Amino acid sequence: MTLTAPVTRKRSALTKGQLPSYAPYVVLAVALVLGAAILALIGFNVFGWGVVSAILFTMGLVAWSGVVEGARKAKDKLATCLVVGAFLVALLPLVSVIWTVLVNGIPGIITPGFLGTSMNGVTGTLDNKAVEQGTKVLGGVYHALVGTVQITLLATVISVPVGLLTAIYLVEYGNDRPLARAITFFVDVMTGIPSIVAGLFAAAFFFAVVGPGTKTGAVAAVALSVLMIPVVVRSSEEMLKIVPNELREAAYALGVRKWRTILKVVIPTAISGIASGVTLAIARVIGETAPILVTAGFATSINNNVFGGWMASLPTFIYTQILNPTSPSNPGPSDQRAWGAALVLIILVMLLNLAARLIARIFAPKAGR
Amino acid sequence: MKATRFGRNAAIAVIAAGALALTACGSDNATGATASSPAAAGAKVTGTLTGIGSSAQGAAMDAWKTGFAAANQGATVQYSPDGSGAGRKAIIDGSAQFAGSDAYLKDEELAASKAKCGPEGAIDIPVYISPIAVAFNLPDITELKLDATTVAKIFRGQIAKWNDPAIAALNPDAKLPDLKVTPVNRSDDSGTTKNFTDYLASAAADVWTDKADGVWPASLKGENAKGTSGVVKTVTDTPGAVTYADDSAVSGKLGTAQIKVGSEFVKISAEAAAKAVEISKPAEGRAANDFAIKLDRKTTEAGVYPVVLVSYHVVCTTYDKKETADLVKAFENYVVSEGGQQAAADAAKSAPLSAALQEKAKAAIESIKAKS
Amino acid sequence: MTTNSLTTSQGAGRTGDKVFSGAALTAGCLILAVLFGVALFLVVQAIPAFVAPAADIQGGQGFAAYIWPIVLGTLIAALIALVIATPVAIGVALFISHYAPRRLASGLGYVIDLLAAIPSVVYGAWGAAFLAKEIAPGYDWLANNLGWLPIFQGPASATGKTILTAGVVLSVMVLPIITSLSREIFLQTPKLHEEAALALGATRWEMIKMAVLPFGRPGIISAVMLGLGRALGETMAVALVLSSGVLTASLIQSGNQTIAAEIALNFPEASGLKVNTLIAAGLVLFVITLAVNMVARWIITKHKEFSGAN
Repeated sequence: MTLTAPVTRKRSALTKGQLPSYAPYVVLAVALVLGAAILALIGFNVFGWGVVSAILFTMGLVAWSGVVEGARKAKDKLATCLVVGAFLVALLPLVSVIWTVLVNGIPGIITPGFLGTSMNGVTGTLDNKAVEQGTKVLGGVYHALVGTVQITLLATVISVPVGLLTAIYLVEYGNDRPLARAITFFVDVMTGIPSIVAGLFAAAFFFAVVGPGTKTGAVAAVALSVLMIPVVVRSSEEMLKIVPNELREAAYALGVRKWRTILKVVIPTAISGIASGVTLAIARVIGETAPILVTAGFATSINNNVFGGWMASLPTFIYTQILNPTSPSNPGPSDQRAWGAALVLIILVMLLNLAARLIARIFAPKAGR
Repeated sequence: MKATRFGRNAAIAVIAAGALALTACGSDNATGATASSPAAAGAKVTGTLTGIGSSAQGAAMDAWKTGFAAANQGATVQYSPDGSGAGRKAIIDGSAQFAGSDAYLKDEELAASKAKCGPEGAIDIPVYISPIAVAFNLPDITELKLDATTVAKIFRGQIAKWNDPAIAALNPDAKLPDLKVTPVNRSDDSGTTKNFTDYLASAAADVWTDKADGVWPASLKGENAKGTSGVVKTVTDTPGAVTYADDSAVSGKLGTAQIKVGSEFVKISAEAAAKAVEISKPAEGRAANDFAIKLDRKTTEAGVYPVVLVSYHVVCTTYDKKETADLVKAFENYVVSEGGQQAAADAAKSAPLSAALQEKAKAAIESIKAKS
Repeated sequence: MTTNSLTTSQGAGRTGDKVFSGAALTAGCLILAVLFGVALFLVVQAIPAFVAPAADIQGGQGFAAYIWPIVLGTLIAALIALVIATPVAIGVALFISHYAPRRLASGLGYVIDLLAAIPSVVYGAWGAAFLAKEIAPGYDWLANNLGWLPIFQGPASATGKTILTAGVVLSVMVLPIITSLSREIFLQTPKLHEEAALALGATRWEMIKMAVLPFGRPGIISAVMLGLGRALGETMAVALVLSSGVLTASLIQSGNQTIAAEIALNFPEASGLKVNTLIAAGLVLFVITLAVNMVARWIITKHKEFSGAN
């Protein structure tokens, strides 16, 4: 008996008709070289090189796969390339924005006193001095930080119960009644209220009820709630809807009351999505400028009382520092404070986000997917 | 189950503690100043004064707030730079005790103010004068001589290149580049635009056929940006661009134009701007204590820079409470005083009111009274 | 849908049920009341602008002539934003939910959520100071090579502050919103559906097409609507980025204006009838959102069968 050629030389039947594992790397290398060559003809730049190479890579890989593996696999490869490409495209501006904030914000945030003091007593004269004599940039965001935290907290306390209960009504009790349909529809409409209109509405409402010139953190919180509630309803509704009906039916079958089913089964199942939605809603309103400007006034000193007196907030602080620098002739220090405040705002949201995740983890049922 | 409950309580406790801790620290003493005994003489006033209005005054207001608080412990002024229109609305509906406005009250607003401000209504007091520069970005050129007609033509897009004969005729010595003229205007409604177009509409009426308005004429196609800092940034980034902006915000990188008045060219300066206000007449049909000024843009007087913005404080003639009236008087007296005007000039590079105007303004402020 | 005869007869807990459903109903009605309040406020404030003589309105040709260019501008900007953001956002959401390694995915989701929180002033400042400058040469190229298309007609803006730039900035702003919601929806796709598809020999893309996307479609539409709401109502970013002007077909010249930016730019200095005019513009924006949402609702009801609860 003579031995045939060694089996190892033959490709396994299981991997037949598949691209070798090194295929993407080969295509990538070819695409990069070709891309550089094409760009060299029309003028080289890194951005263009990236774009052209990515297109060449996609075309090359899909074509090769189409020849070796057939149309279905080629389509799959194309989809993968497009999804990853979408992700990379999205990263570009996002990284650029974050980079801009970091580079401009860090000098502000590391200035001693920036986080612990307010803008009380800081004038253009001091800013001029800081630029001309190189002294420390004075003034900080403490008052605005306190204001933003309190206003947003109050807005969340108003919006989350209202929003969540509404979502529960829509999903669990609404049964497609006309009222439920009306609420769903008008919630959508509410997402389109321009933020300045929400602010003017809240201001007009409080002027009429409490008295003219009522400007406090609470008015701003109401204005923000008008903007926040629809986002909470919308996202919670989606999350409640996708809780499988089997869970509800199982609970009912065990004789559990509907309200306890909702509290103990439906909400815990959806809590991760709801928390994410609430964070998104907070994120949506925490950066609002216009409604706060017309409702909370503009303070430069610390106010710890959300129900009385004018209150500062980080977005209004950023806005005025960028557009109306403390010293018009030397906007540098104001820019520094503005970007520093933007960074503080982003860090604040990051912490809120972490808190939301923590809450979601504590409340969520133990059995994971 | 117990563990989760503990977790929940702990989470709530942590959040509550964090919120408490946040309110506990922090200080209003950003400048490191020690509480000194005030040297200012005169009656002490206390309370909180609320103002809403012009953002152009924002930087000067910061200085006035600080200066006034230092001289009167227990008195605070809060000012929200919402805009002139918002400020005038606020004083009419009684939601602010004074307003900052880049324009004096319109007649119908004056009539409306009588509901909250006593039978004589509200009065305008000029507090802040700022020259408006015509600023351009041309390589190696820091000064150009222009007259009203040429400026109007530039901003209407009728002059396409910087080496146009119209500009060259006025600047025989300058090396004008063959660069496209890109006029940049304010995209927002502003007092600066209103004063600038008012100047063009009166001094170059044959070219500038639009009315003076806070909104740039929509028929003119051009680049624009929001706010003074916005237009200055855009012009700094774009060679050949030209804009109008409060002089204080024009940085060293941009050139400014000298404006032809009479037969000579006037360089932009605080003194020349203050003089323009001084020679102007009060607006007609106003109460004796109202200092609404009708600026004379067509003046031919020497050393006057006519492109200026005058910003007012609008105050009531009668307040409900004596404390409020005293507080307003004390604050406005400080604002128009030598010290107050100098503080604004240091912080915002504005033009101080002349001594004569200060005296007149003080007399008007004295007429403020409380309802008896 | 699920009345169970075993539970209805029991007395205990019935009060709880009543209280709870009552609270839910009240919350829903409260929203309607607030919205009614806002609408009432808008209408009352807007009426003077509708009845005023044409010459008194900004521009001097009546409210309709004033509003329609900025209505179109608003729609153009929002459309650009959605056309760019929707496919990218769905791609990113799919990447996070079905392509990226699990550990990386949760981190990425976190970063994307954060981006929704960057204040619009910062996006505006970034767009005006950085993006507009970088993108301006690209507009020149478009004007030179595709100038025969009306939307790319030259000469391109020298500063790059055009409606297209504003649309790009808006798309960056709505991207996190659409991504975040779609991602959550995609993650909730029944695992059994996915595994069934894969077991039948489907490729990953075919699985997504057959199991994930149909399941997520109503959710995606909701997410896009939320993004659209933000794009339509965004004020500060557009106000800072756009060099506004009259209605212009070319996307790469300065010009056009959106309602929200128009309000933001002119409200602070407005007085008298102009305030009413601007609020009336706000009312128009409100009506646009209403119309857009009616269309979206109609689409969603056509795809109801995939919702878990009903």
